[in-house]
Amino acid sequence: MAVIRDMMPAFELFQPTSVDEALDVLERHDNTWVLAGGLDSMDWFKDRIKRPDVVVELGSVSELAGIRASGDGLEIGAMTSLRDVVASDDVRSRFGLLADAAAQVATPQIRNQGTLGGNLIQDTRCWYYRGGWPCYRAGGNICYAGTPRSMNREHAVTGQSRCVAVNGADTAGALVALGAQMMVRNAGGERVYEAEDFFVGPEIDIERMTVLEPGDLLTHVRIPGDWAGARFYWEKVRDRKSWDWALASVAAAIVESNGTIERARIAINGVAPTPVRLTDVEDLVQGMPANDDTGMAAGELATRGFKPLRHNDYKVPLARNLVRRAVRGDMA
Amino acid sequence: MSDAEITTETPTGHSRRTFIKGVIATGAVVSSSSHLFRARSLSASAAVRASMPRMISLNVNGVSRSVDVMPQETLAMTLRYKLGLTGTKLGCDRAECGACTVLIDGVSHYACSLLTNAVRDRSVTSVEGLEGADGTLHPVQQAVIDEGGFQCAFCAPGFIMSMVALTNENPEPTREEAAEALSGNLCRCGDYDKILNSAMRAAEYARRMV
Ligand SMILES: Cc1cc2nc3c(=O)[nH]c(=O)nc-3n(C[C@H](O)[C@H](O)[C@H](O)COP(=O)(O)OP(=O)(O)OC[C@H]3O[C@@H](n4cnc5c(N)ncnc54)[C@H](O)[C@@H]3O)c2cc1C
Ligand code: SF4
Ligand code: FES
Ligand code: FES
Repeated sequence: MAVIRDMMPAFELFQPTSVDEALDVLERHDNTWVLAGGLDSMDWFKDRIKRPDVVVELGSVSELAGIRASGDGLEIGAMTSLRDVVASDDVRSRFGLLADAAAQVATPQIRNQGTLGGNLIQDTRCWYYRGGWPCYRAGGNICYAGTPRSMNREHAVTGQSRCVAVNGADTAGALVALGAQMMVRNAGGERVYEAEDFFVGPEIDIERMTVLEPGDLLTHVRIPGDWAGARFYWEKVRDRKSWDWALASVAAAIVESNGTIERARIAINGVAPTPVRLTDVEDLVQGMPANDDTGMAAGELATRGFKPLRHNDYKVPLARNLVRRAVRGDMA
Repeated sequence: MSDAEITTETPTGHSRRTFIKGVIATGAVVSSSSHLFRARSLSASAAVRASMPRMISLNVNGVSRSVDVMPQETLAMTLRYKLGLTGTKLGCDRAECGACTVLIDGVSHYACSLLTNAVRDRSVTSVEGLEGADGTLHPVQQAVIDEGGFQCAFCAPGFIMSMVALTNENPEPTREEAAEALSGNLCRCGDYDKILNSAMRAAEYARRMV
């Protein structure tokens, strides 16, 4: 339970107006925190669990906000609000998968204020970790969610490695399925990651969710034209219709001709510490009819080898059925 | 900005950087090695605007107000405890209830989860800013009264702000759309049906006004 405290601990606040300025501040200080909409960040500050000395608030960096054409695709600034992503005609008409996913994040107020970058980079919601327990992810030496007596209904069914937390970013799966790229800058230059490589599992680094390190900024997300206008399928299963992360979600882009799947790109999220791209399933369904048999086979393959914890085995059939529905061509 | 507000920092080293792990580094790293080994560029160390001045001016309900704000202060804190605008409620202080909903440039936000300094150049509307100068109630306020929309009404200011946003953005909402627009507000007394009645009536009153 959140406890209301009078005020967050003090930090020094910078409000740069350009990316260069922001990178310069990040470069020159220790223990920094990048603040976008702040909706994921403020809980940490208020609960005194993360205590940055310097906060760099990006709201005035106009070059980071907005959606523009880029080649045959789109480039979306990391500071673009989820509201603007959902409202964008370009996103809706060509990459509706992202609009559908963004539209189901949390609540209207959170979408108005929360940014695409903040949504992607948000930390996991494992409540042991969020509650300040000194687990692996917090630099400690135990996972409180993985023991036989843990409360782990919302945790991972695959991709666990000591940590069993899940990635909760709704836009992440959609961007993996759209083959997006993440543009990252620090004081030394720019790096580009495929969306699926942007997210980091605990086997690589147990203390972060993405490749970003101190000093890094996500500047833009680039969506190539490859999947524009494909048949998209987004489905998010959650306990409550508002204000809730996914128990599991599927994001799929499928190109068909005459009922046969020509190519597909599919990701599931909420089931592992990172969004999971289902490359085996993509290979399997290629050249197959978009029907329930193919969907069943796809769902089985997608969930093969899943290792549920004590309280989350329901996520296995859930993920299986989501993939099945995505592949067989249900209307979202 | 006066000179007093500008600080110069001593450059710090790269010690905080942990070395990029091999696996991660395979993700198309452009010029990161030049970064690791390069010398600090002197031109970049020119002072960037540091922490904000404490006295800032904030546009609240159409009036520009001068207020002393800490860097870590949320807008809900500023409104309630610095400006005396206690219509904005704090329920959870965690973006989980909507009691603190205000409009920033006409768009609904949770004031508990927004730094006051982040909205310095924007226009803030709280529930106190809805009635006209002559005391005429906003159509949403009138609708809420006419419908008897709330019980304890702790949640009311937040709902009302969301209803104002709704009536501005969608003058003819369906009941479904109204529910969606209000889905970022919680009511512990739980009379959502009456609240929705208020929203529908609010939209009707607002249409009549134009
Ligand atoms: C009650 C509640 C419900 C929620 N429900 C959902 C949900 O259903 N689905 C969902 O997907 N999310 C949900 N969220 C999570 C999240 O808060 C929002 O999705 C929001 O989009 C986060 O964006 P932000 O800009 O506010 O993030 P911030 O808090 O500003 O940032 C989040 C993280 O990203 C980092 N960051 C942000 N931008 C950059 C950048 N450009 N470069 C480098 N680092 C950056 C920050 O340092 C921070 O670590 C919910 C949050 C709350 C509080
Ligand atoms: S699942 Fe991960 S975040 Fe949660 S307690 Fe275990 S190590 Fe910590
Ligand atoms: S007080 Fe801001 S959402 Fe609850
Ligand atoms: S009327 Fe009591 S909380 Fe809504």
